[in-house]
Amino acid sequence: MASKKTPEINSSSTADIAFLLLCYFLMTTTMGSQTGLQRRLPPMPDPNQKQEDQKAKRRNIIIVKINSADRIFAGNEPISDVKLLKDKIKEFISNPADNESLPEKQDTEIEGYGVAKVSKGVISLQNDRSTSYQAYIAVQNELVKAVNELRDDFSMQWRGKKYAKLTEEEQEIVRKAVPQNISEAEPKDVSKK
Amino acid sequence: MSKFKPGEKKGMSAISTSSLPDIVFMLLFFFMVTTQMRETENKVSVTLPSASEIVKLERKDLASYINIGSPVRHLQAQYGTDARIQLNDSFKTVDDIRDFIAAEREAMKEGDRPLMTVSIRADEQVRMGIVTDVKQELRRCSALKIMYAARKPAD
Repeated sequence: MASKKTPEINSSSTADIAFLLLCYFLMTTTMGSQTGLQRRLPPMPDPNQKQEDQKAKRRNIIIVKINSADRIFAGNEPISDVKLLKDKIKEFISNPADNESLPEKQDTEIEGYGVAKVSKGVISLQNDRSTSYQAYIAVQNELVKAVNELRDDFSMQWRGKKYAKLTEEEQEIVRKAVPQNISEAEPKDVSKK
Repeated sequence: MSKFKPGEKKGMSAISTSSLPDIVFMLLFFFMVTTQMRETENKVSVTLPSASEIVKLERKDLASYINIGSPVRHLQAQYGTDARIQLNDSFKTVDDIRDFIAAEREAMKEGDRPLMTVSIRADEQVRMGIVTDVKQELRRCSALKIMYAARKPAD
């Protein structure tokens, strides 16, 4: 047998084939990760349960309403621009001057931090059936922004860092100190008012 | 200068392209792994509202999607332009959400079920009425972890 080598397969086209496949995946891929505003819905109320125990004190609740014309009201005051809502909410939750009409604060023992003054403020969001989704999300966004800024303030004071830069455990503590209490309570028709 | 001997006719040697397929294959594998095919056809057109405080959905495999919007153009003759709910591949009503959630739960591993997130992908033009109905139905099915899908504002 003569040492006859098998002829090498011409592999110069492998690159072309691979490129073709690559292009296909490049075109079909959607790198977009899912983003959005995360919320927890309240569980359905037990029909046998009495209403009174879930009632919070009047001063601890701010009612944010969006009517059918996408106009915003916060605690019966009209808000001309959605961007102004954030400061209103921040003032409501933090209650810097310990105002009587703004939410009370409760000293709460938080593990790893100590005693923190936790605001008992609850934001109740109400909307009309014909409110546009866009306006609703804009308001939700503004509420989250207000809470996020308060969390940033808190962590700046505590650790000198922004909330996002803290470790997982520290974030947990900040979340406890500045809770995000947004209630999307039972749907109500706010147009008839 | 022995390097430039006039007798030696040595031109530039061709660049070896034998590793080119390997490089391309590597890229190819990257895209194959990261890609995910859209498994359902969009029957409603959804333009997500923009929000600046968005967070990423951590576990995409634990998410179920509820699309709300007006039907895409070629279906408008059949279904009209009113906002509709799309679950999986077809138009559904609010009452079908219960079965949909149950089916999605069933498909998950036992331990993952409490972590299930329902992503509400609603068009920005949609009225809140239909979204409220969906939310109430989700509460009734105790699928309480929800997410309002939104995109980053373009600025």
